[in-house]
Amino acid sequence: MTTEGSLSPEIVLAEMKKHGVTHVVWLPDSETNWLYTLMKADPAITLVPVPREGLAFSCAAGLHVGGAKPVILIQNTGLMESGDSMRGWTMGMNIPVVLMVGYRGYTRHGVNKDTAATYTEPFLNAFHIQYYLVENSSDAPRISVAFEEAQKNKRPVAVLIGDEYHGFNS
Amino acid sequence: MMQAEEILKAFAPHRGNALVVSGRSSKHWAKISTMPNRDLALGDPAMGGHASFALGLALAQPKLKVVLFDSEGDLQMSLGVLSMVAEQRPKNFYHFVLDNECYATTGGQPVPNAKTIAYDMLAKGCGYPSSYAYTNLESFQVNVKRIMEESGPVFVAMKIVPEVENVPIGQRAPRLTRTKDQAVADMRKELGINN
Repeated sequence: MTTEGSLSPEIVLAEMKKHGVTHVVWLPDSETNWLYTLMKADPAITLVPVPREGLAFSCAAGLHVGGAKPVILIQNTGLMESGDSMRGWTMGMNIPVVLMVGYRGYTRHGVNKDTAATYTEPFLNAFHIQYYLVENSSDAPRISVAFEEAQKNKRPVAVLIGDEYHGFNS
Repeated sequence: MMQAEEILKAFAPHRGNALVVSGRSSKHWAKISTMPNRDLALGDPAMGGHASFALGLALAQPKLKVVLFDSEGDLQMSLGVLSMVAEQRPKNFYHFVLDNECYATTGGQPVPNAKTIAYDMLAKGCGYPSSYAYTNLESFQVNVKRIMEESGPVFVAMKIVPEVENVPIGQRAPRLTRTKDQAVADMRKELGINN
């Protein structure tokens, strides 16, 4: 079910499949939970749950080295937890991987009350990680841009999912 | 207590065509391996990640055995990887942990609760279907063939003698014979991967 102005999980999944994603390495979060049911039902995608986000980066590196096409799906809080693993296992190993990051606390231009949101973009900038904000379905082509940049530059590229508590629950 | 090099020598005849992630034992494995293009000596990209890396490799290459020589310091940093592996149940994954009870590369300081942790029990408790522990080489030599014939994931904890390094990193002899980029490129070429 898609609501005008929201981000359709079907479109996000279609973007992943368009770029040949085989594995989604993930830890659930409130902003991207709506993808779970779709991904779990899709036989072309294997879900690899992690208990802590840093493990997602090393696991994704192994998947890529072995010829698979991983995506990392985590929340911004977990992204910040993952700093050294992201540095060493993806940037340090030239791994082209897209990070789908739930942007907890994102308010567009509203009043920010969540330090998770405060530090998300400065964190990405500190690591020189390119990122794209996706708030609704019309932004979905930016996901393709992220995949293309990751592949071209052999680096992680982030997609910030700014659509909180929508999708299936709209 | 065993010497890491002796463990690797005992394992080598049972490797088959497995991919080997040699972790902190890479300097020894490089001298023993006869298939360097199936070896990944990565140095230390970020501590705690070797097991999840090797899991990813095993999931991507389900028709090949993947053997990891992990360390207890790495494992303690990311114990949750045990439940990751157990959930995925890769039949091709062989997880050896060489436990020297210390951080050898920083001078030999003990890891937390170094003497009494039973890593094999942790793996078993997390859901590895097979889990073993060895403290002497003879027992391992007797069992390694059977272990490598088992369906994975298999966990093997091994007590080893520390090889403590206590000189500044810049003054140490290099552990890797190739850069990690070259090792990755060589393996991917060997496996015909070009994505």
